[in-house]
Amino acid sequence: MITSLPAALRAPFSPGGGNAIDAQLAHRLLGIALEAGGDYADLYFEFRVSADYALEEEQIRALGRGITLGLGVRVTKGDATGYAYCEDLAWDRMAHAARTAGQIAVGGGHPPVGVAPISSVSLPSFYAVPTPSLVVSAHDKLALLRTGDRAARAYDPRIVKVEASLSESIKEILVFTSDGRMASDLQPLIRYGVRAVAEHNGKRQGGSGGGGGRYGMEYFELAARDAEAHGREAARVAIAMLDARDAPAGEMPVVLGAGDSGILLHEAVGHGLEADFNRKQTSNYTGQVGKLVASALCTVVDDGTISNSRGAINVDDEGYPGQNNMLIENGVLVGYMHDRLSSRHFGGQPTGNGRRESFRSMPLPRMTNTSLLGGKDNPEDIVRSVKRGIFAKRFSGGSVNITNGDFVFSLSESYLIEDGQLTAPLKGVNLIGNGPDVLRRVDMVGSDFELSDGVWSCGKDGQSVPVNVGTPTIRISSITVGGTQA
Amino acid sequence: MTAARSSTAGTGGPTDRTVNELRDIAQLAVELARRAGADDAEALVRDGSELTAKVRLGEPELVQEAGSRALGLRVLRGGRRAVTYTSDLRREALEALCAESVTLADLAEVDEYALPPDPSLLAKDVPDLDLYDPRVADVDAAWALRQAIAAESAARKHDARVTNSEGAIWSRVLGATAFATSGGFVGGYLGSYASLVVEPLADDTTDPTNPKKRNGYWWTGSRFIGELEPAEAVGIEAARRTVATIGSRKVETQECAVVFDPEMARSIIGMLFSVANGSSFWRKSSYLIGKEGEAIASPLVTVVDDPLIPRAPGSRPFDGDGLATRRNLVVERGVLCPVLCDVYSARKLGRQSTGSSGRAIGGTPGPTTSNLIMQAGAMSRQELLRNTPKGLYVTHLMGFGFNAVTGDFSRGAQGFWIENGELTYPVSEVTIAANFDEILKRIDAVADDLQLRSAIATPTFRVSQMTLAGTSKN
Repeated sequence: MITSLPAALRAPFSPGGGNAIDAQLAHRLLGIALEAGGDYADLYFEFRVSADYALEEEQIRALGRGITLGLGVRVTKGDATGYAYCEDLAWDRMAHAARTAGQIAVGGGHPPVGVAPISSVSLPSFYAVPTPSLVVSAHDKLALLRTGDRAARAYDPRIVKVEASLSESIKEILVFTSDGRMASDLQPLIRYGVRAVAEHNGKRQGGSGGGGGRYGMEYFELAARDAEAHGREAARVAIAMLDARDAPAGEMPVVLGAGDSGILLHEAVGHGLEADFNRKQTSNYTGQVGKLVASALCTVVDDGTISNSRGAINVDDEGYPGQNNMLIENGVLVGYMHDRLSSRHFGGQPTGNGRRESFRSMPLPRMTNTSLLGGKDNPEDIVRSVKRGIFAKRFSGGSVNITNGDFVFSLSESYLIEDGQLTAPLKGVNLIGNGPDVLRRVDMVGSDFELSDGVWSCGKDGQSVPVNVGTPTIRISSITVGGTQA
Repeated sequence: MTAARSSTAGTGGPTDRTVNELRDIAQLAVELARRAGADDAEALVRDGSELTAKVRLGEPELVQEAGSRALGLRVLRGGRRAVTYTSDLRREALEALCAESVTLADLAEVDEYALPPDPSLLAKDVPDLDLYDPRVADVDAAWALRQAIAAESAARKHDARVTNSEGAIWSRVLGATAFATSGGFVGGYLGSYASLVVEPLADDTTDPTNPKKRNGYWWTGSRFIGELEPAEAVGIEAARRTVATIGSRKVETQECAVVFDPEMARSIIGMLFSVANGSSFWRKSSYLIGKEGEAIASPLVTVVDDPLIPRAPGSRPFDGDGLATRRNLVVERGVLCPVLCDVYSARKLGRQSTGSSGRAIGGTPGPTTSNLIMQAGAMSRQELLRNTPKGLYVTHLMGFGFNAVTGDFSRGAQGFWIENGELTYPVSEVTIAANFDEILKRIDAVADDLQLRSAIATPTFRVSQMTLAGTSKN
């Protein structure tokens, strides 16, 4: 737990704050929420302070700061949810929100359920940041932007443009539930990025580098995580891509590099294993628990307990502790990621995956840190095994149609493999496949598991949450590459 | 001023009084920022309320109803600037925000272009564009749920192959917006928007060894409730689109014509804007730099950005810098017109703003589109298809795959295979790729089916040749 937090960064609803919310007050609000006959209610208080710094054209340009404070009230009646929120913690505003959310249960015909006595949930601590970055002088952060900018420019004279940015936030949450749980958490998040543009002989290419997680400024002291390393990486990609040639089109073997490639897991299987889609039987993985859904080389976990990782959570946004959940073990589907609603539907325990973007949104089953665990193959052997294919190193994003499992992901740095050797860099290209099909085609898994360096955000139903991904080097025997060289 | 933080939810929606109240708050924030030491300040205040009613398989799944207010502030001081926001609009909170904003700005470096617009350019009046329908505000959760139920039920009844549903959502947003600048602009307006979307699911057992699920959707949306399509019609169209995808398969990798359905064509025209605006130009993040006045697309392509269309979804009576808005040509018969600029990007490029600034609470202003419209052609969609011997008709695009700097484009696609001028079987899991420059120049047919139901609107059009990646050739 963070101890040295100045008053300006403490939530008004925390003990000693201007709108301190205690269990007694929460109990009363939950009672109002359930008046119309709901069978469960929860309160989600959120206070978030964020700041942004940006450097462009060798100058510190945009500086921003924002504060968000609010309460979200949820009431459920069976599978139906009523949701309301307010940004003012005055009693009448909160009570109005509670009553509005409770309307979902009107006409239910059941006597109101009581609110259980509230007690604190004991929580783990995966991001005990000694000093949140927001407390540190802004000058130190601006220096990081200049360092990244200089490192990128110094890398090669063909670098013509550099942008560097730093975003930081600290979010305090306080959850009360009508079944008697109370949990609070302080969630720091930092993200640093450098983008470089290289120009040569009329060709232009961009590259980016960056990282972050649930850290304070100590992030920049980690090996290869300093601002200079990120600046150089952005420049390296931009320069390497200057020689990029048109990518091939059609089906071929693809080797995914360690770390960032975990985005494939996130899209290809992760979303399909979020239990809301399976509760509604709208996912391709519906009814597949206990069945072989991937190559036996694949073991996939969603682990909210990885210290300081961008997707780590001590507690989810429904008051359940973060967990390490096995999703696929040696190719066999073991279980889904749940929120409270879906875990009740499936008769299991919540898995600590009930997350929301803010107090304005209801929780949904969401990923945290999703990884394919390491295997036995030597990563170099994996590349050597491919006669003609693609090596995927960096990704700019991906998306999936959960219903049919089709996914796309975009490569920002990739190379042609010819006779087991990396040869030409390729222009930005998409890979397209079907989640279940592609996981069955994973036929080599490296021993070099790597967690991505904390830059990913995941969007679902209009809600964005920070996540992370990880994977070793893996080979997919065949996938469609969307280049232009037919 | 008193602490006016009442929400609009449940009170019948915002009124002109709400706008006046927000104008007062915006002007107060500007005044407080000046007192705190800012040379110039701009404040944007928004009061928004939402209602979302979702049903699934005939039962209510979610009713969300809430209102919120927020203020975004930009302060300028000696060429230094900062952008801040808060949802706490009490006077003391605004005073604290202004002081903090000025301190923050002092940390920035001097940017000689970061100046407010010349006061003579500011909008003198705020035209009434008829953007608010009080009937949207009158909708309650029960009525919204009934609409969603009617739409979903129509979809499920329309075709027995619709076996499941992601549900139907009826939602509305109401907003009052006010903007004030230290240069003397102050204005505000009301807006409403209602929409209904339905997403049915079908089981696809075409390959019994590998059963799949298929989805599709359809929607209607308007600022005016009377302009929404009937719920049943939306449901039926959603069902029709869903079952049409049953049996989707890949096609062989090849070069072929690609016809874009209007829903997807607009994402192509949206991408055109992303490389044809002042910000992408001064950032050197566009392959179109230096091409104003040159042919960058086929002569069949004319695109306008028109913020002044009454009742249209993207209309706005003034821009994010407080300038009057105006109709601008973006591409005229294939020739790139001067790109859309806000005040800052115009200064960076040594020209005048086109009145195209957009600003969100807590954001820096930049060029944005209002109603970005590609002009319709003369032929019907049927005629366009009939004249296409072979190709892909695209109904969905997936992924990002667009490099603004080089114009390289590669995206996942779904749709239908065109053979001898007819849509034949459904296609999925393929990508289409080409350089964006080629895509625009190869537009060789534009249909007449333009509908202004979204802020970016296009008719169906055809690109004569792209690379389709699917199965390998045998």
